[in-house]
Amino acid sequence: MDVQTLTYLIVGVTFALYIGIAIWSRAGSTKEFYVAGGGVPPVMNGMATAADWMSAASFISLAGIVSFTGYDGSVYLMGWTGGYVLLALCMAPYLRKFGKFTVPDFIGDRYYSQAARTVAVVCAIFICFTYIAGQMRGVGVVFSRFLEVDVETGVYIGMAVVFFYAVLGGMKGITYTQVAQYCVLIFAFMVPAIFISVMMTGHVLPQIGFGAELIDAAGNGTGVYLLDKLDGLSAELGFSQYTEGSKSMIDVFFITGALMFGTAGLPHVIVRFFTVPKVKDARVSAGWALVFIAIMYTTIPALAAFSRVNMIETINGPESTGVAYETAPEWIKNWEKTGLITWDDKNSDGNMYYAKGPESEMKIDRDIMVLATPEIANLPAWVIALVAAGGLAAALSTSAGLLLVISTSVSHDLLKKNLMPDISDKKELMFARIAAALGIVMAGYFGINPPGFVAAVVAIAFGLAASSLFPAIIMGIFSRTINKEGAIAGMVIGLAFTASYIIYFKFVNVADNNPDNWFLGISPEGIGMLGMVINFAVAFAVSKVTAAVPQNVVDMVEGIRFPKGAGEAHDH
Amino acid sequence: MSFESNEKAEGYWRENLRLVLSLLAVWAFVSFGCGILLVDVLNEIHFMGFKLGFWFAQQGSMYVFVALIFVYVAKANALDKKYDVHED
Repeated sequence: MDVQTLTYLIVGVTFALYIGIAIWSRAGSTKEFYVAGGGVPPVMNGMATAADWMSAASFISLAGIVSFTGYDGSVYLMGWTGGYVLLALCMAPYLRKFGKFTVPDFIGDRYYSQAARTVAVVCAIFICFTYIAGQMRGVGVVFSRFLEVDVETGVYIGMAVVFFYAVLGGMKGITYTQVAQYCVLIFAFMVPAIFISVMMTGHVLPQIGFGAELIDAAGNGTGVYLLDKLDGLSAELGFSQYTEGSKSMIDVFFITGALMFGTAGLPHVIVRFFTVPKVKDARVSAGWALVFIAIMYTTIPALAAFSRVNMIETINGPESTGVAYETAPEWIKNWEKTGLITWDDKNSDGNMYYAKGPESEMKIDRDIMVLATPEIANLPAWVIALVAAGGLAAALSTSAGLLLVISTSVSHDLLKKNLMPDISDKKELMFARIAAALGIVMAGYFGINPPGFVAAVVAIAFGLAASSLFPAIIMGIFSRTINKEGAIAGMVIGLAFTASYIIYFKFVNVADNNPDNWFLGISPEGIGMLGMVINFAVAFAVSKVTAAVPQNVVDMVEGIRFPKGAGEAHDH
Repeated sequence: MSFESNEKAEGYWRENLRLVLSLLAVWAFVSFGCGILLVDVLNEIHFMGFKLGFWFAQQGSMYVFVALIFVYVAKANALDKKYDVHED
């Protein structure tokens, strides 16, 4: 069977599986899902959280980004895993003890204010919309390659699939579907990584192969370490050293921080820890989530290094003089159809040549690295098909989770609790659907007109979460003195500062988006960490000069600090 | 109030904060410290085929993160028992 048929087959089977699970688990468990206490075991919850978490951006783009930027890509690896430590230690157990359903609920109650709740809802919706915008591009890339259409058409197909999927029951049986999706995506990710690791270094574990010697075709050691080879190749072609990168230290520091604190402030992740039976489970569930995430995230940099060496050698040849286009492997021609690889024979010698700077004849989109890896390494057709299914699993599980939060926020937190308190259930549901549809349309728009790479778009959502929700939640738990005026001022100023910095450099004055113009050399991706510091500072200052926190709220804060007496989570 | 006295409640919270802060110190040290601020110094040291700073940034910090959460879970559960504020 050819790749095309196999792809249809494997993608079809996995889709049938998800829909089957959604229908099966819908029957008895609708209520259990919303009132959480029903008891999702911590390991399962961890797995579902991991699937929710690992988006198309992680699956498709991240290895590509690390592959093209080397050490600089570490910001995503550390940032997107380090946030779970904060979640487990500083947030999950207390929010579980608090025992309500959404993040705006906590902020509204802790700061005894409808206005605080509204600000939190607006932040949550804003963050989810930004985040989902990064997803569709990924889905589009997958479809465009395997249906052999351009990326735009791929995005349209992706929008249609996600829409049906979300409406069809993805919303309801979501946790168990995500467990299945995790299994598909991790299998799809690990198989090619292990294949390549064995081929290039003889080690089964990519994490070990990453630091090992390369072997030749006969399986004998060459005495050259993978990473040394890569540093050598990078230098030769005019790139900065793979293991050193090109971003300034302060920028790496701030981006990592923004991603870590942002992770701990993302509404669709936090909500996960409301769904376990006990405070104890909330703690360990974050641990399991990180185990499942780390399996993939420690493989990503290894895969990135393997495919970089592979790609450069395929295009430039062993002598680094270029390979004749005539003899180019199939994958280059396949990806040219999608427009994600282009070849421009500048010196008309009929050879392909890849390097940094004007003499480079190849343009290669980073987003294709994971999808193209099995083809580059000549792996069997079923592996290529499996990777497509994995990419789609990643995109679907994250989109479904986000759409759920968007529609709850809009219909429940914003409309029912704020704007129209006597709305009927039927109307509430209608608004939830409209919000989901709007989410998909927006995501599609940004998928077709991407303001950056997939992961970069997602990175913006983290900046916003770090500068608005994260400080408000942390102060709500660890301080008895921050009052509503302080919290609201902190959130508004933190968010406004971060958003305007990002919008200025990403949309208004794109030409100025370079280190010379950045404040202290901090890029828009990293500014959220500074926004967070501003939020904390403003909240402390304003709380000092305004009325004290009422006694009943102080009692509530003291009450969430120990586990005893945590009831079932309830929906208001 | 589930604590026998205010002193107990204060004691529990103090011990809890000490636990969380010491684990967060390790968290910051391996990522912001070894992976970013000290990366150039550590890169002088080779560890298998890795430069050590690069290894912390792309591998080591993540292993430590996982370990930290499980250490926290064990210690926090023990602390709850000590002050008798665990769930039934």
